[in-house]
Amino acid sequence: MEIRKKVRSFIIDNMLVWEQDIVLNDDDNIFALGFVNSLFAMKLLNYLEVEFSVSIETEEMKIENFSSVDNICALVTRKKEVNDKAS
Amino acid sequence: MIKQADTLLQAAKDFSANRVRPLAAFFDQGNGIPRELITDMGRSGLLGAPLPTRYGGGGADARLWGEITREIGKACCSVRSVLTVHSALIGETIVRLGNDEQKNRLLPDICSGKQIGAFALSEPDTGSDARGIKTAYAKTGEGYTINGVKKWITLGDLADFFIVIAQDQGRISAFFVERERTGITSVPLNGIIGNRGSHIAEVTLRDVYVPQSNLFCGEGMGFSHVVNTAMDFGRSSIAWAGLAIAEEALECMTSYALQRKQFGALIGTLGGVRTMIADAAVAVHAGRRLCEHAAHSRTERSVDLIHDTITAKYFTSRAAVQITNNAVQLYGANGCSSQFLPERLLREAKILEVIEGTSQVLQEVIADYALTKYSPLKKNTV
Repeated sequence: MEIRKKVRSFIIDNMLVWEQDIVLNDDDNIFALGFVNSLFAMKLLNYLEVEFSVSIETEEMKIENFSSVDNICALVTRKKEVNDKAS
Repeated sequence: MIKQADTLLQAAKDFSANRVRPLAAFFDQGNGIPRELITDMGRSGLLGAPLPTRYGGGGADARLWGEITREIGKACCSVRSVLTVHSALIGETIVRLGNDEQKNRLLPDICSGKQIGAFALSEPDTGSDARGIKTAYAKTGEGYTINGVKKWITLGDLADFFIVIAQDQGRISAFFVERERTGITSVPLNGIIGNRGSHIAEVTLRDVYVPQSNLFCGEGMGFSHVVNTAMDFGRSSIAWAGLAIAEEALECMTSYALQRKQFGALIGTLGGVRTMIADAAVAVHAGRRLCEHAAHSRTERSVDLIHDTITAKYFTSRAAVQITNNAVQLYGANGCSSQFLPERLLREAKILEVIEGTSQVLQEVIADYALTKYSPLKKNTV
C-alpha cells in the first residue's frame, strides 16, 4: 500500500490538468488521458529509482510499465522482490 | 577525486587557452573543426569527462562537467558544441538508457574520440514539435529499415554514427545508425548565424538497414525517453554554454570600458555604459547560481532536476543574448565588426536560445511546472 500511496501522490502532484475535481483511477492511462506530458516519463523514471531504490533496466522501459498507477506499482513491486531475493 | 576534478578542469583551461581560443575566429569563418582537434579533446579527457571511468571516462559530476563546458564555451561555441552533442546528448544518454552491449560497444570510443556521434532529430519540416517527424522505420527481417531526411544536425557531416529518431505509424523509436551503412549521405549547411565550425549538415537516409541490436531503448520509447533524456543532458550543457558567453561578453564590456575614451573620459564612467555593465553583472551572477543549483539537483537526482535544468538553460541563453547585444552596443561601430569579439558572441548566443528547446517552448514547460508547484488551488485532484 505504501508504494501505491507514494506513486499516486507523485502523479497527482505532477498532473497537468487544471479543471477542478479530476479523479485519478489506478487503471487510468495517464499519458493517453493527457494527465501528464512526455517530460513526466523521465521524471517518473528518476523518481521511482531514487524513491524505491530500484534500477529499471533498458529492457523494462516499455511505455506500458509506466502508463498507470497499477502498472507502475506492479513494476516497482517486481523490482523490489528481485532486490530482496538478491540481498 | 578532488585531484581528478582539478586535473580535468585544468585540462579544459589549458585546452581552451592553447588549442581553441587561438582558432575560434578561424572556425567561425566556416572552417570546420578538424578531426584531430576532437581526437585531442579525447586524449585530454574532455570528451569522456562526464562518462563513467569503467568506459574510459572521467566520472565528472554535473558541476565539474558544467565548468568544463563553460571553459571551452567561453573560447569557442563550435568546439563547445562537440561536448554538448557528442559527449552529452550522445554519451550521457547512452549511459542512462543503453543496454550493456551498447555501452561496451560505443562508450570507450566516445571517450577517446575514435568515433564521433551526432543526434539526428530535427527535419526540414519538424523542429520544436519533435513528435511530428516524418523519418520512418519499418521492421525488416531481423532488423529495421529507415528512410527520411534530417536537418540542422550538428556534427552531421563528420559523425561516424548517429542516433536517429524515426517513427512507424506514430510510434517513435531511436536507432544507432553507423555512417558506413549503405544509404546514408550528408551535405554540409552553410550560412548559419553561429556554430559555423561544427559541421552542421543535412543527413539523408535512404533504405538504411540496421540490425535489432541497434534499437536504442525500447521500441516506442524514442520520444518519451531517448529524446527527452538527450534534451535534458543537452539543456544542462547549453545552460553552462549560455553562462560562458555571458561571462565572456561581460569581460569584453568591462575591459573595453576601461580602455575606450569618449568625451574626454573612459566610457566606464558614463551612466549609460555603467547601467549595461551592472545589468550584465547581475545576470551573470544569477545565471551562475541557477547553473550550480541545477547541477546540484542533477547530482542529487532531485525530483526537480529536469525543471531546474530548464530554468537555468532558459535564463542563461536569454541573458547571453541580452548581454552580448549590449556588448555590441557598448563597442559602438567596433562592435559591429568581426574584428572585435562581441560581434561573434552575439551571433553565437542567439543559437543557444533556439537549440535544445526554444525559449518559447521552455516557457510553456516552466509555466506548467509553476502552476503545479505553486498554486494552492492545484490540490483538488483525488
